[in-house]
Amino acid sequence: MNPSQVSGFSPQLSAPAPFGGPAGPTVRQVHDQFHGDLLEVSMGPQHPSTHGVFRMVVTLDGEQIVKLKPVFGYLHRNHEKIAENTTYLASMPYTDRLDYLCSMSTNWAYALAVEKLAGQAVPERAQYLRIIMAELTRLVNHSCLVGFLFNDLGTSFTPLLYAFREREKIIDLFESLSGSRMMCNYQRFGGCRVDPTPEWIAAASALVDNFPRFLDEYEQMLTGNEIMLARTQGIGRLDPAHAVNAGLTGPVLRASGVDYDLRKVDGYGFYPKFDFRVPLGAHGDTYDRYMMRILEMRESVKILQQAFKELPAGPIMDPKAKLRGFRPKAGEAYGRLESPKGELGFYLISDGSPNPYRYRVRPPSLINLTLLEEMCLGHTIADSVVILGSIDIVLGEVDR
Amino acid sequence: METLEQIRDRLVARFPSAQVTLVTNPGAAAEHSLLLDATHAHDLALFLRDDPALRLDYCSNVTGVDWPDKEITDVTKTTVPDPAGGPPKIVESKTTRLQPGYLEAVYHLYSMALKHGPVVIRMRTANRSDAVALPSLTPVWRACDFQEREVYDLYGIIFERHPDLRRILMWDEFKDHPMRKDYVEPDDYEWEPTAHGDVLERAKANAATAENLKGGNLQPEVPQTPEAKP
Repeated sequence: MNPSQVSGFSPQLSAPAPFGGPAGPTVRQVHDQFHGDLLEVSMGPQHPSTHGVFRMVVTLDGEQIVKLKPVFGYLHRNHEKIAENTTYLASMPYTDRLDYLCSMSTNWAYALAVEKLAGQAVPERAQYLRIIMAELTRLVNHSCLVGFLFNDLGTSFTPLLYAFREREKIIDLFESLSGSRMMCNYQRFGGCRVDPTPEWIAAASALVDNFPRFLDEYEQMLTGNEIMLARTQGIGRLDPAHAVNAGLTGPVLRASGVDYDLRKVDGYGFYPKFDFRVPLGAHGDTYDRYMMRILEMRESVKILQQAFKELPAGPIMDPKAKLRGFRPKAGEAYGRLESPKGELGFYLISDGSPNPYRYRVRPPSLINLTLLEEMCLGHTIADSVVILGSIDIVLGEVDR
Repeated sequence: METLEQIRDRLVARFPSAQVTLVTNPGAAAEHSLLLDATHAHDLALFLRDDPALRLDYCSNVTGVDWPDKEITDVTKTTVPDPAGGPPKIVESKTTRLQPGYLEAVYHLYSMALKHGPVVIRMRTANRSDAVALPSLTPVWRACDFQEREVYDLYGIIFERHPDLRRILMWDEFKDHPMRKDYVEPDDYEWEPTAHGDVLERAKANAATAENLKGGNLQPEVPQTPEAKP
């Protein structure tokens, strides 16, 4: 088969047939003088609503979307190739740059995969610290995402600055612990890098105890907001069968009512010891995806409060852990965890040498965009901005 | 969940002409995988997805792996009796043979309905140069859509029956497949000369001098003669 036959953007319109799902809106034949031609709009790569350098090629019938093709690769630096040419540990700071809003959980996902590859144990205190960092990251990500979503709705910056006020406090904690605000580089194979002081624990615990007040304030302002309801309810619906088949994960999947949270399913780390619930949506529209984030933040606060209460004393690194000259046995492993965006996985093949033979990142942001076209068809171009905002992508992870 | 051997036996019983091989993983994770033959892969994948005991409805991760040609040295030992009546000599003879390389596509399957997994399946191409086609599993799991495009882009596996097989991360005019192990980065950087020997050498080799531009499309500017004043 000649690849040039299948490559290239085909200009003619075909009726979208999304894998046995409901047929999209049919493209009407335009003959009368009151209708113009179809218009192709290239949204991005430099566009404030695409959250980075991301492009959507949208075909419009009036204001209605009849076709949408995402275009990637503007931030591609072949992270996987770079990681295959260096040692296991040297890739750890580079994983910060994948999802640069949630570096703590990206670190953890990589550490999890390497520990699975090498059969490395992790001490109890480090497991608790990892859960604390991952849940604080979830608070940062979700509160900022809601702010960005409202930016996309047109309420420029007021909700975002409320979120940034809280984010700043958490990021200050990360800075005092790891030395960096966003590129934390905190996890290691077999534990964590720095042990927090009792003062740090007290400050973080106080922040978490105050966090529900911020959530109440935030929700009072946003959840019942009239513009919010009109712009998001019934927009960008996604039915569960399609979402599962397309591999969507995270809050986007759970908004459609599919109960699949890796913290419960895989029970990695010490999550089975914690008491929390997994919120599920009923309609799968943009409003449900917004509510998922708010409800998940409340559950994260519950997890954090339990973690601070039960945090045990002890070492933060496994004594058998080896950082220098680390050569795992030949074999392969796929480790995955529930990052704020969805399932973040690392697939590693070792051939016994100091650097991985194959290093693959399974990016939730990229795969959650699979159904972007189906979600946007039939809606207006202004809605596509809101739908994209509710999926929650980070381009560092989409393009890698 | 059933063990991988049981799954393989059921697949072979259901599709007698299909080749399903168990690939063991010697590492600590011990995630073994099933090697499917390319001609039946679509039917086998449909069976894995729809079988009521498995229901692997979620394809989490799709990726490519490059295994280049490998030179293997075989050592054969032959005992040669000594004609003088001494102890027999052991003569070693080495023969090298070329193990042909291949490209591999790996899929990690889970079940969201029954909450089990993973089942790892893989497919291999015949070689790395001309027979690099594999059947696409995007008609079975839509989740493979972008990921198979990425494998096509970075490894050059052509997925047949993929609805939209285009480059996804590299630009359309790009020729090579950068994740292959034998990929050579082009030497087309714009160097900022520094006081380091090899950097200066490369800068010299890439500089736009008349010597370097000879034979190319670019021609050095010819100083124009000033026009004669009327």
